[in-house]
Amino acid sequence: MMAKLLKNREILLVVAIAVLVALIALRFPAFVAPANLARVYNDTSILIILALGQMAVILTRCIDLSMAANLALCGMVAAMLNSAVPGLPVPLVIIAAMALGGVLGTINGTLVWKLNIPPIVVTLGTLTIYRGLIFLLTDGKWINAHEMSDAFKALPRLDVAGMPVLSWVSLAMIALMFMIMGRTPLGRAFYAVGGNPHAAVYTGIDVGRTRFFAYCLSGTLAGLSGYLWVSRYAVAYVDIAAGFELDIIAACVIGGISIAGGIGSVPGAVLGALFLGVIKNALPVINISPFAQMAISGTVIIIAVAVNARAERRKGRVILKKAEAV
Amino acid sequence: MKPAITLEGISKSFPGVRALSDVSLALYPGSVTALIGENGAGKSTLVKILTGIYQPDAGVIRVADAETTFPTALAAARAGVTAIHQETVLFDELSVAENIFLGHAPRNRFGLIDWKKLNADAQALLHRAGADFDPTIRLRDLGIAKKHLVAIARALSVDARVVIMDEPTAALSHKEIHELYALVERLKADGKAILFISHKFDEIFRIADRYTVFRDGAMVGEGLIADVSQDDLVRMMVGRAVGSVYPKKEVASGEPVLTVSGYRHPTEFEDINFELRRGEILGFYGLVGAGRSEFMQSLIGITRPSAGAVRLDGEVLVIRSPAEAIRAGIVYVPEERGRQGAIIGMPIFQNVTLPSLSHTSRSGFLKLANEFALAREYTSRLDLRAASLDQDVGTLSGGNQQKVVIAKWLATRPKVIILDEPTKGIDIGSKAAVHAFMSELAAQGLSVIMVSSEIPEIMGMSDRVIVMREGRIAGRFDRVELTAEKLVRAAAGIEAQVNGRAA
Repeated sequence: MMAKLLKNREILLVVAIAVLVALIALRFPAFVAPANLARVYNDTSILIILALGQMAVILTRCIDLSMAANLALCGMVAAMLNSAVPGLPVPLVIIAAMALGGVLGTINGTLVWKLNIPPIVVTLGTLTIYRGLIFLLTDGKWINAHEMSDAFKALPRLDVAGMPVLSWVSLAMIALMFMIMGRTPLGRAFYAVGGNPHAAVYTGIDVGRTRFFAYCLSGTLAGLSGYLWVSRYAVAYVDIAAGFELDIIAACVIGGISIAGGIGSVPGAVLGALFLGVIKNALPVINISPFAQMAISGTVIIIAVAVNARAERRKGRVILKKAEAV
Repeated sequence: MKPAITLEGISKSFPGVRALSDVSLALYPGSVTALIGENGAGKSTLVKILTGIYQPDAGVIRVADAETTFPTALAAARAGVTAIHQETVLFDELSVAENIFLGHAPRNRFGLIDWKKLNADAQALLHRAGADFDPTIRLRDLGIAKKHLVAIARALSVDARVVIMDEPTAALSHKEIHELYALVERLKADGKAILFISHKFDEIFRIADRYTVFRDGAMVGEGLIADVSQDDLVRMMVGRAVGSVYPKKEVASGEPVLTVSGYRHPTEFEDINFELRRGEILGFYGLVGAGRSEFMQSLIGITRPSAGAVRLDGEVLVIRSPAEAIRAGIVYVPEERGRQGAIIGMPIFQNVTLPSLSHTSRSGFLKLANEFALAREYTSRLDLRAASLDQDVGTLSGGNQQKVVIAKWLATRPKVIILDEPTKGIDIGSKAAVHAFMSELAAQGLSVIMVSSEIPEIMGMSDRVIVMREGRIAGRFDRVELTAEKLVRAAAGIEAQVNGRAA
C-alpha cells in the first residue's frame, strides 16, 4: 500500500513538500502558521498559472520558452492601457491582456503547426521578439505605481473571504485546467498527441492543430499573468519576469510532467510550482543566500528529472520485452 | 571446397513463437547462396544470429572449421561476417571515408585519426568495390546505390569473409540493380561467401549459385540453382496444408459498400480500382514495400492521392483527413502497433474511446461513465484480459494491446475496417482470437480489408484477394481459385506458365 502510494508522483511531491516545510519549521516555526502558508501560496499563484499553461504545451511534446516574455509584453500593454485611459474598467484591461497573450500564443502555435519549425526554435525567437517589442513600445521607460490607477493596482490584493483575489484567480485557473484536461476532448488530445503522435493521427486527431491550441492556452494564461504581475508589483518595465520561463519549466519538471510529452497532471504542475514557491519563500527566512537558493532549486530539478526518468525507463523495459517477441 | 561459415542445427525461440528450428546452412567462398522464404519464414532471425544480434538457443556456428560463438555484433564482425541491409546503416552527415572506417580508423602516432591515410585507404577500398568517387564527400549527397557501394567498401575494410545482403535491390532503380550485380560478381571473384536474400526470382536466377529455402522456421530445401526451376522453388516456399485452422465463416457477400476507382499517387501507387462488398473480407497480399499500406493510408486521408474517387454506400466522398474517414465509417488499424496503435501511458479505456469521443461526450464535455461503458462493451467482446480498464495500456501483453487497438476501432461502429497485418508479432492464441473475431465481424455485415503478408492468413480468411506489386494491382483472385502459388507468382512478378503444373 505504502509502496504503491509512493509510486504516485503527486503523492511523492506532497510528501516532499511536507518534509521541506517541516524542516523549515524546525528552524523557523512561524513559517507554518496558516496565515504564512496562505501568503506563500499567494506568492506562488502566478507561477502556478504559468506552469499550468506550460504543462499543456509540454504534454504535446513542445515547449514554450516565450511565456515570460509574453507575460512582460501583456503586462506592459495592460499598464500602458491603464495609464492612458485610467477610467477603463479593470476587467476590460484584463480581457485585453488575455486576448493579447492569446494572440501571441497563436503566433507560436501557427509557426509550429503550419511551418513545422521546432518549438524550441520558434519560442526562442518569439521570446526575443516579444521582449524587443516592449522596448519599442516604451523606449525602455518604466511605468511606475503613480501612473497606474488605484483600481488597477488594488484588484489582486482585494480580500475576498479571507484570501486575496490573486489566490482566488489561481484557484479558478486550476479548476478550469482540471476541466479542460480531464473533461474535454481537447485535454484528451493533449495526452494522445504527446503519448504517441503517430497513433493520434490514425484516431483522427490533428497533431498540429492540437499543439496550436496548447500554445493558445499557454499564451492566454501568460497574458492573464501579465496583468497580475504588473498590478501586484505596481511597476512595468522591459525586463520584468526575465528568466522566469526557466522557473515555469522547472515547476513542470519537478511536478512530474515529462519533457518527452504525454505524461503529467494538473496537480503535478501545481505541486511543482508550490515546491519552488516554498523554497523561494522559506530559504531567505532561514538565512540562506539567494545563490544557495539557486543551487538548491537546480539540484531539486535534476533529482526530479532523475526520478521521472527512472519511472519512465521501467516502462520502456516492458515494451522492449514485447518487441523482442516480434 | 570448404565452407567459409557453417551453421548446424540452429534453433531460436521467442515467447510464443518458434522462429528457427534445427536449421543448417553453409556458405562457400566465391559463391552466392540465395536465401528464399516467405515473410516470417525465419530469414531475418537467421541474419541476426549470423551477425551476433541474437544468440541461438541451440546449434553450432563454425568459421573455417573452428567452432565459435558470436556473443556480440562486434564478435561477428571480427570473424569476418558483415551485413548490408536494405536500408543502409550509415551516417548521412559523415564523409564516405569516415563511414567506411567508423570505429577502426587508422591512427597516427599521437593516437589521433590519420586523415591522409584514412582517405587514401578509403579511396583504395572504393576502387576495389568498383566505385571511383571522392571519399571526402558527404554520404547524404550520394544516391542509394552508391551508399550500398560505401557499405560494401566498409565490409571490405574489415576484411569480411562472409557478406550478407538483405534485399539489397529493394530500393534500387533498374540501372543501379545492374551495377549491384556487377559488384556481386566482383565480390565473388574476391572469394567472399555471399548470402543473398531476395524475393525476386529473376535476380535469384541471375546471380545466385546455390539456394536455401526456409519455411516456418525450418529449412525445406537446398541445392544448386542450376538444378532447380522457379516452380520447384515456389512449391518449396508455400508447400503446406492451409485453411483448416481458420475460422472463416461462409458469408454471402451483399451489395458493394465501398468502391475505389482510379486511385493514384505520384510516387507510391497507381490504377487502384476495386469494390468491397458487405460482409466480405478482402485480402491484400504483396511483398513488403508493394504499396499496400501506402494506398490504405491514402484511402483514410493521411496522404493525399493525386487522383481517384471513393464511393461509400452510394455516396461519393472526399476524404481529406483521418477524422473525416472515421466520421464516414472507414477505419484503419495500422500495422505497427507500437508506433501507430496504442498510446502507451494512457489508460485502456481512454485508448478505446479516443476516436469516439464525439459520441461519448455531451456538449463538449467528456462523460467518463459513457466512456467506461463503451470501452467495457468492446473490450469484453474481444475477450480482453486486463485487471481494470483504468490500467495503463503499456502493462498489457502484445496480443492484448492489439485487442485494445481493434476495440478502439470497432467502438467507432465503422462500415469498413482496414486491418493492416492484424496478427503480426502476436502469439498463436491471440491470433486465433483475432481471426475468429474478424470472421464474426464480416458475418455481422461489416466489410473488412485485410492487408497481410502471410499466405496462410490470406488464404484462410479472405473471400477475395487482390495482389499488389510495385504499387499496382498485379492480380485478383476469388476464394475458390486461390492457390498459394498464384499469390506468390503475382506478388513476385513471375509470368504464369501456360503449361503450368497443377498446384
